[in-house]
Amino acid sequence: MSKVISKISLYAVLVIGALLSIFPFYWMFVMATNHNSVINSVPPAYLPGPELVTNFQNVLSNIDFFGAIGNSIIVATISTIGVLFLCSLAGFAFAKYHFKGKNLLFGLLLITMMVPPQLGLIPQYYIITQLGWLNDLKAVIVPGLIDAFGIFWMRQYISSNVPDELLDSAKIDGCSRIRVYWNIAVPIILPAFATLAIIKFMYMWNDFLWPLVVLRDESVHTIQIALRGLIDAYVKDNGMILSGTFWATIPLVLIFLLFNRLFISSLTQGAVKS
Amino acid sequence: MSAEAHSPKRWNEKRKESLSGYLFISPFFILFAIFGLFPMLFSFYLGFQRWNGLGEMEFVGFQNFVFVMEDPIFWKSLWNTIIMGVLGTVPQLIVAIFLAFALNSALVKFQSAFRAAFFLPYVTSTVAVAIIFGVMFSSQDFGLVNVFFNVIGLDSVNWQTNEWGVKIAIAVMVFWRWLGYNTIIYLAGMQGIPNDLYEAATIDGATVWQKIRFITIPMLRPIIIFTIFLSTIGSLQLFTEPLIFLGGNLREEGITVVLYLWREAFSNMAFGTASASAIILFLIIIVFATVNSLLANKVFK
Repeated sequence: MSKVISKISLYAVLVIGALLSIFPFYWMFVMATNHNSVINSVPPAYLPGPELVTNFQNVLSNIDFFGAIGNSIIVATISTIGVLFLCSLAGFAFAKYHFKGKNLLFGLLLITMMVPPQLGLIPQYYIITQLGWLNDLKAVIVPGLIDAFGIFWMRQYISSNVPDELLDSAKIDGCSRIRVYWNIAVPIILPAFATLAIIKFMYMWNDFLWPLVVLRDESVHTIQIALRGLIDAYVKDNGMILSGTFWATIPLVLIFLLFNRLFISSLTQGAVKS
Repeated sequence: MSAEAHSPKRWNEKRKESLSGYLFISPFFILFAIFGLFPMLFSFYLGFQRWNGLGEMEFVGFQNFVFVMEDPIFWKSLWNTIIMGVLGTVPQLIVAIFLAFALNSALVKFQSAFRAAFFLPYVTSTVAVAIIFGVMFSSQDFGLVNVFFNVIGLDSVNWQTNEWGVKIAIAVMVFWRWLGYNTIIYLAGMQGIPNDLYEAATIDGATVWQKIRFITIPMLRPIIIFTIFLSTIGSLQLFTEPLIFLGGNLREEGITVVLYLWREAFSNMAFGTASASAIILFLIIIVFATVNSLLANKVFK
């Protein structure tokens, strides 16, 4: 009997937790499909309405939605690919080569991982203006290539997964060092690439403060900055605002649901292992 | 070391290896020097200058720091940040332990579906979370939370202007987005706890609460310390939620330290005081992180 009760309370806790996690998504969809006047009444709408298309058309007349999505894809994709390359290359050197100052440089990286990004915010902004990169996607992509965690992560993975013997035998066969990295190490560390790519892409996609500072012009807004523009629109239309938020959120949610095991293990593994 | 190690060929090989090492790390470190290290160090220089971002810099000694430390709004922002951080993370971590414990129970079916559901909020951007909850916590009577309040007989709350209303609304956003993330981290830790321990406790007649208190929490200690550390640092950097929730006018009820810094720099064009507040924030984070680890070591001993 007590076993049944504990089983029921167990599921009750889990179901309530799951409902609380999912409810805001449902409610966002309800708002995105209802007219503002229905939303702004008591009791408010609690079922999906007929305004799915109209609300999204209003989004399009307020912001360049697809342009902003495009900018986000460009920024997140290029910096992710860049980080995979730079961090695996440097991580490979840190894991497998001996050179003077190696431990010092690696220690420096670990220390800067602890420094809050806001500390360098203002000088970074100054550098960007001096380079003439204000309102240029480069201003987000290039600093985004710096990822101390990425190097740390790659070094750990390469140290424990790429055997020295394999590298030595490749060298004896006359492979240059860069080819040893590319042909031997990279194929082995592809799983680490997947993890780092998910962490980095998500971070760049969701980043707000830095793009807000350097991407002022509407033509270079990422989707997060553009969404903020919806709130500041002349007429406060919640149906329209939530429609934009809904369509900006759904792609990532669908990708997550498809690959949720990989996503969850990547995003938490990265945190736990460091 | 063998005699071979001193042969010219071997020495040459060593030099080539270190050359490759430097070559492989240099693309990263060049970017890091320009966009990472230099800005951090330059902040410490800017903190002592008066500068509007365009004209000449003027050395003013500790004036910027004095200005920030004497500004009641700065202290207000620090207070807000700490309160919102505590409200958003303490209940969150506690609930996460219980959720993870429930999820880890051998009885549970559909474990991966629950995991995905709990994790979903973390995939949502902070901006989206702030927009969704911002509309829920609307100050109007038709705001979802106020509707609920009215149904259970409470008065509507002006969430956007009420001193505690702002903080609670923002704490809820933080709670919702990070709960599942920490649950999954705890769950990963719990899966490493041998099941015999729980079975032995069950035979001894331990309650669920006793199992959590005397088996789960001690075994999870390093992970709990780690999540407390991450949450503390994260909450001290709170920015997006209050900015979206309160809009550009930045009412004092919800201003945070990073918002203060951002406003000094990009609305007031006072880059010197902004840098000074960035340095102060950095020091605050160091203090909190240190106190955190000291306390954690004591409490969990």
